[in-house]
Amino acid sequence: MIEAEGLSKRFGAVAAVSGVSLRALDGRITGLLGPNGAGKSTTLRILYTVLPPDCGDARIDGISVVGEPLGARRRMGVLPHGAGLYPNLTARENVLYFGALHGLARAERRVRAAELIKQLDMDEFADRPARGFSQGQRIKTALARALIHRPRNILLDEPTNGLDVMAVRTLRGLLQRLREEGHCILFSSHVMQEIAALCDEVVVIAHGRVAAQGTPAELRGRAGTESLEEAFVRLVGAAGGALESEGPEGRPEGAPGG
Amino acid sequence: MRAIWRVFLKEVRENLRDRRTLISALIFGPLFGPLLVASALSLSFRSAGVQSERPLYLTVSHSERAPDLLAYLRQYNVRIKAVEEDEAAARREVAAHRGEEVLLVPADFGSRLQAGQPSPLLLFADESETRSAASVERLAAIINQYGATIARLRLIARGLDPLLTVPIVLHPIDISTPAARSALVLGALSYLVLLTMLMGGMYLAIDATAGERERGSLEPLLTLPVRREYLIYGKILAACAYMTLSLVLTVTAFAVVLRFVGLERFGMSADFGPRVAAGIVLACLPLVPLGAALMTLVAAFTRSYREAQTYVGLVLLIPTLPLVFAAVLGLQPRASLMAVPSLGQHFIMLSLIRMQPLPAGYVALSVCSTLALGALLVFAAGRLYRRERLLG
Repeated sequence: MIEAEGLSKRFGAVAAVSGVSLRALDGRITGLLGPNGAGKSTTLRILYTVLPPDCGDARIDGISVVGEPLGARRRMGVLPHGAGLYPNLTARENVLYFGALHGLARAERRVRAAELIKQLDMDEFADRPARGFSQGQRIKTALARALIHRPRNILLDEPTNGLDVMAVRTLRGLLQRLREEGHCILFSSHVMQEIAALCDEVVVIAHGRVAAQGTPAELRGRAGTESLEEAFVRLVGAAGGALESEGPEGRPEGAPGG
Repeated sequence: MRAIWRVFLKEVRENLRDRRTLISALIFGPLFGPLLVASALSLSFRSAGVQSERPLYLTVSHSERAPDLLAYLRQYNVRIKAVEEDEAAARREVAAHRGEEVLLVPADFGSRLQAGQPSPLLLFADESETRSAASVERLAAIINQYGATIARLRLIARGLDPLLTVPIVLHPIDISTPAARSALVLGALSYLVLLTMLMGGMYLAIDATAGERERGSLEPLLTLPVRREYLIYGKILAACAYMTLSLVLTVTAFAVVLRFVGLERFGMSADFGPRVAAGIVLACLPLVPLGAALMTLVAAFTRSYREAQTYVGLVLLIPTLPLVFAAVLGLQPRASLMAVPSLGQHFIMLSLIRMQPLPAGYVALSVCSTLALGALLVFAAGRLYRRERLLG
């Protein structure tokens, strides 16, 4: 379970995130929805302890990301934006390296890596160097790497970016299976269909603040509209300003990621 | 702490598959330095040693006017080409490079010599050419020697002791040992050893920091339950491993190449055997962590791989600067100088090659100060990785 309370982060004069509170429960897929530059990536980065918040705190299964970042990291599997691999290592070696740094014993990480390679349909390229992988192969490898230590909580930053339809379907299937197994899944996206297709719970972020949180049905009800997209536009609009920050140039200066 | 080891293993393995790292660490450095020194040595051997043995071709105008002199010159391996031409023709010939040097014997040469008067000989040459200058010097020496012989005979004929004309004899006594003479030639050796050692770890240091950030693999790495400073310690350790490997290969290559060049031919007996080679490796080892931490630190500060290459390339020069100063200023080992990293190693290496041991205190001082500064830089690199701006 992931709980955030009053997270704030400034980059120079720009407030990337101000007072974000949210909750992602076990056995549910929670979507972080918002236009580009709304503060989704910054929020996730604070949650997975790469950035410390200026104020506020978050707890992963009750462990504070500010007070005990190492303990919190043990309980998380993270797929950051971009998902860089080591080009001279094979997909399997990339995954095993992370297993080793998680402290898994050699035999255990080998079994687990083989398991994930099968689950994610990676057999074809598992023992090829990561140099020259397609975007889909890269995301799969990065995902396997994030799941090597069987984390209870899984955070994904725009995981479907650049994936083709087949790869998106594999990813969806995997996330649904992980939900069935009782994992807590939090992922960000600016693609409405994806959120609508997958999420049990939606957190709408705009201008660094939470504009609304609830099930898709609740959000539609609150905005008084039938389509989630319309609800999203209204909720974001109500949070102040319309979607003028849509597009890459809408990202605040100095703020890493959206 | 096990994380340091795991990062180390991964960086070593990954870079074993990287052609650029391998070439710079294992091939370029170890081959480049020894070959440079070997070719410089054999070149100087050729110009100094072989020159005097080489026959000297000399054009002589009116050789019939000085038959004894020509016979004397032939004894000293001067090949004579006899011509008959005047001064202007001789000038033109040298200017047009048809003949290297032309010796012109004036018509009154024989009669002046008989009368006991100084007899001029004209030697035309273009001394702006190095080879010609050396030939002129050699000819002048032979002809002066011939003149001195005539002078002695004249004194004896007049009943005087020829030694009267030699009031003072200067004896320069060279007390340099053969090993020290070779150290002069091998002065560049310590410079090359240090440089190739640093280059061995350069690409790994860049790849593990700036490269990792540019590829986007740093952020996932930071989400692992590992203290950030352990990550950089592992990377520094991997750079150390490559530097050590490069160092050992370079020194070994030097030992082998110098054996083939054969230093005895230069009157040098540099004993560059396994013992000196091992000593040089040991002398350089304390500098390995310092160099690795310095390069990693600089590379971690930069924003991209290219920027890192530029800055680390410049940083490579810093440890070699004290050596240049030492050579230019002719610095001798002193306690304060031994404490300077890289300069201390330079002095230790030199003392090993010269077989003139330094005081143990000096060596200890150099080792301690180098290791201490290295530890400081490793710590600074660890602090840098803990900063939030690391992701850039």
